[in-house]
Amino acid sequence: MGKIFFFAALALVVVSGFLFAPEHAALAIHPMDQFNVSPLFGDHIAWYTPTNVTLWMGLAIVAVFALLVLGSSRRAIVPSRAQSVAELAYGFIYKMVEDVAGKDGVKFFPYIMTLFMFIVMANFLGLIPGSFTTTSHIAVTAVLAALVFFTVTIVGFVKNGVGFLGLFWVSSAPLALRPILAIIELISYFVRPVSHSIRLAGNVMAGHAVLKVFAGFAAALGAFSFLPIFAITAVYALEVLVAFIQAYVFTILTCVYLKDALHPSH
Amino acid sequence: MASNTQEAAHGAADAAHGSAPGMPQLDFSTFGNQIFWLAVALVVIYLILSRVALPRIAAVLAERQGTITNDLAAAEDLKAKAVEAENAYNKALADARAEAQRIAAEARAEIQADLNDAIAKADAQITEKAAESEKAIAEIKAGALDSVKTVANDTAEALVAALGGKSDAKAIAAAVDERMKG
Repeated sequence: MGKIFFFAALALVVVSGFLFAPEHAALAIHPMDQFNVSPLFGDHIAWYTPTNVTLWMGLAIVAVFALLVLGSSRRAIVPSRAQSVAELAYGFIYKMVEDVAGKDGVKFFPYIMTLFMFIVMANFLGLIPGSFTTTSHIAVTAVLAALVFFTVTIVGFVKNGVGFLGLFWVSSAPLALRPILAIIELISYFVRPVSHSIRLAGNVMAGHAVLKVFAGFAAALGAFSFLPIFAITAVYALEVLVAFIQAYVFTILTCVYLKDALHPSH
Repeated sequence: MASNTQEAAHGAADAAHGSAPGMPQLDFSTFGNQIFWLAVALVVIYLILSRVALPRIAAVLAERQGTITNDLAAAEDLKAKAVEAENAYNKALADARAEAQRIAAEARAEIQADLNDAIAKADAQITEKAAESEKAIAEIKAGALDSVKTVANDTAEALVAALGGKSDAKAIAAAVDERMKG
């Protein structure tokens, strides 16, 4: 009996698929359109124009405020759900900074928490269908990475003076190898912000683009759209994971760089 | 359908704008805008965190830690008190048990003494009564012997009289005495 219903339903789906299939089912997929920066009002973009970037960054601020300020507003000894998530986020990043960057890295905790909360909220907000993902843009992640890079470099020189250059001079290696290693270390140091920023934007952008491509398939395949829809479900789950993990990776790398600045000796 | 035409129009608009055809990420004309708003967002989040959220959460966590420490100390205290109370209870129990045993032993000794007294008294009474009885029995026995002699004398006198003899009381008594010795 169930089998008959199943096949009937399948036949119905196929027929309706043929009946209502898009007329030009040619692949009209624009996976990158979701990344367009567009002004909220008018059609000219100047540096101060409120755009969808403004909107979604604003929503990220609202989300951070809602979680960390409204969530903890009752200051309960026995926390509510929102408060325990806020405390969890606090403890997570605090412990990360303390463990990775050391005790003297703790005074950078608010900055690192700012980075983490912004990235994680932007990533999760970007997973809302139809939203705009600010962290998918190189311009955004490059600024974040550059902030970390310059902060770390300045802190390194202020804290250690010329001794910060010891970071590049691998004293445990044989003397003959040291200059070569120094060049490699120097290059890797300057490549850091590049990988730091592209890793985040690349992961987020790729995942969202893949979702859009599958969505395009779903629109084009008519009756068989359930296949890409399954795929979208799976990729979406993966993206939820990536949204958190990339924020985590960005933050922990920041802590690692900070540790290098505070304790440059190998 | 509608969305398709919209997208087509959108694409045309894009082309008209002359923006990057592939990746909006590489459209440098929007960089200034993004960087400006990013800076604003970061500053706002930083202010929210450093002014309100982080101190508050830190205070809550510290307060909770304090509460937990206090509660643990209080629990430790109460536990010590409980142990103390248990010891006191055990001691009281042991004392009471010893006291009870002492009282029981005392009572037992008293009863034993009473019992011994009573037994001794009873023994004495029994002995007395026994002696009395013996005396009575001896008296009775003596009385019986006398009676037997009298009865024997009387019977002998009667027999002699019946046989036609003349009874001589003296001779008969002597004869009865003789027989009774034998």
